[in-house]
Amino acid sequence: MSGAYISKNKLPGAITGLLGRYKVFGPVRRGRYHEFAEIRNAEDVDLAYRNTRLSPKGLFHPQGERMFQFSLAAGDPDKGILKEAPKDFSPRVILGIRPCDAKAFHLDDANFDTAAIKDPWWVKRREATTLIGLACNHPCSTCFCTSVGTGPFDASGLDAMLVDTGDGYVVEVLTEKGKAAVEAVSEWETAPTGSAEAIAALKKSAEESIGKQFDIKAVIDQDMLELFNGAFWEEVQFACINCGTCTFLCPTCWCFDIQDEVCGEQGDRLRMWDSCMFPLFTFHGSGHNPRSQKVQRVRQRFMHKLKYYPDKYHQGVACVGCGRCVSACPVNIDIRQVARLMSAGCVCPA
Amino acid sequence: MNNPYLPYPVRIESIVTETEDRNLKTFKLVFLNPEDEARFSYMPGQFAELSVAGLGEIPIGIASSPTEKGFIKFTVNKVGKVTSYLHNMNAGDIMGVRGPMGNWYPWDILQGKNVVIIGGGFAFTTLRSSIVYMLDPANRPRFGEINVVYGARFPGLLLYKDELAAWERRDDIKMHITVDGTDDPNWKYNVGFVPAVTKQKAPSAENAYAIICGPPIMIKFTLPVLTELGFPPDRIISSLEMRMKCGIGICGRCNLGTEYVCKDGPVFTLEKLSQLPNEY
Repeated sequence: MSGAYISKNKLPGAITGLLGRYKVFGPVRRGRYHEFAEIRNAEDVDLAYRNTRLSPKGLFHPQGERMFQFSLAAGDPDKGILKEAPKDFSPRVILGIRPCDAKAFHLDDANFDTAAIKDPWWVKRREATTLIGLACNHPCSTCFCTSVGTGPFDASGLDAMLVDTGDGYVVEVLTEKGKAAVEAVSEWETAPTGSAEAIAALKKSAEESIGKQFDIKAVIDQDMLELFNGAFWEEVQFACINCGTCTFLCPTCWCFDIQDEVCGEQGDRLRMWDSCMFPLFTFHGSGHNPRSQKVQRVRQRFMHKLKYYPDKYHQGVACVGCGRCVSACPVNIDIRQVARLMSAGCVCPA
Repeated sequence: MNNPYLPYPVRIESIVTETEDRNLKTFKLVFLNPEDEARFSYMPGQFAELSVAGLGEIPIGIASSPTEKGFIKFTVNKVGKVTSYLHNMNAGDIMGVRGPMGNWYPWDILQGKNVVIIGGGFAFTTLRSSIVYMLDPANRPRFGEINVVYGARFPGLLLYKDELAAWERRDDIKMHITVDGTDDPNWKYNVGFVPAVTKQKAPSAENAYAIICGPPIMIKFTLPVLTELGFPPDRIISSLEMRMKCGIGICGRCNLGTEYVCKDGPVFTLEKLSQLPNEY
């Protein structure tokens, strides 16, 4: 099926075909922004979107998730014993995901799916999901994927990739899962002559529009403790208000908290996204807090993404250059500038 | 796939109040399902998450030794909502335990070595596990001389008093019990801070490793003493505390440089700690 093509006017029919076999999630307009949502009606999918405000990480690692449930009812023989909450792991397709966001799942696998410990819910959702991506013809001004080892046409995190060639999409099948999903669609046509050349031109133009913002190898090659003790963190942290927006929007920020919630005699153990920007994140029961200062928390985020992660997993930085933290930061802290400071090891002008 | 977040249900078999201020209690727990006990295979130095449905989980060092069969023990300091609730629970009540978690003191490397154990206050719990483990008849020949320096602020705050007395009577372990101060005229052990008593007793660094666990201030002033006695940084082993949640290196909370304290620690050599950011 590689090199197959679908006209844009036939896309709703194709999505309907997918809906017969999968749950389908795709970019949907909600007010001023787009977000990934479950599709009920094929017309709701808007593949003309630039970027979603929230990354789609919540499809694998929900912002709030019920882990276990329990009863606190007197006389219940199972009182206080946790039972796994029912979850839906039926097959699903995420349609139109950008290459950067798909690559982020791959980077997050290093945390959730290791030889020693597996997060059961992350692993089952990954297994149940087929990622049909959409190459990025028009990167945003805040994008820097090419600086962090991915790119607007990087198919490495995808099962199949669509390229918008104007009147339609060319599909490239990348995995067996991708093949199965593509074969669920009957609207495919033969790609027009010259499609390969058109795609190459689109890729070149997209990559050139981003340019190389910094040399990530120069960041990784720095000594960890020298970076940790760098004087530039004072400059980086100065404006930060510890709002946590960067961590919530980031597709590779996975930190979470576990809390119990009780209603009457029934309770749930929940996990919710958490953030290293928040002082309580590391606050000990004893009252001691190893990261009580803002500068320590700001440093932690950038060091974790750009130094600790590559040193631990040896597969590049924990950043895919989606630019959400840059565009949404209320005080204009820019990870590209931080990376430049980290690679220079000194305070330099932008 | 085993769910690493799901606690094993356990029954509280007994609760012992350890200290005069009644803030430290030791919980003896028995697994409801025998297969869970088999899965909970641990080594001294490891910790577990104690779980109370409706309140949450807390990471606590395991106070029992794997050589003690049929139960596990935890000594819990009353500081927050979960620990306060635990202190009000009774024998027979059901709670949860998740683990074991983290690494442990390097027992393979310690084999054939002299071991110096230095503990202060409440942190003595995992050291109790280590001492019981080493004194087990099957294990004792594997280790050389064992020295223990254990201090509390005053006699009423010493943990495991019956066991301390029993170890005192043995000739295959040297106990150096101390308190910061006391007005008890019958006090027969040392008076003085742990660093000073360590210096005074001067356990030999020859073929020896030191395991140190206690309040940061005690560790800070004991490390120079150990260095003076000739212990190099790779033979000084300590254990970090962190606010931990998942306990399996996933939730990100206890990240310290390239390490997750809950999974890659909590036990680190001083040499390793010197290579990590000083954020603990």
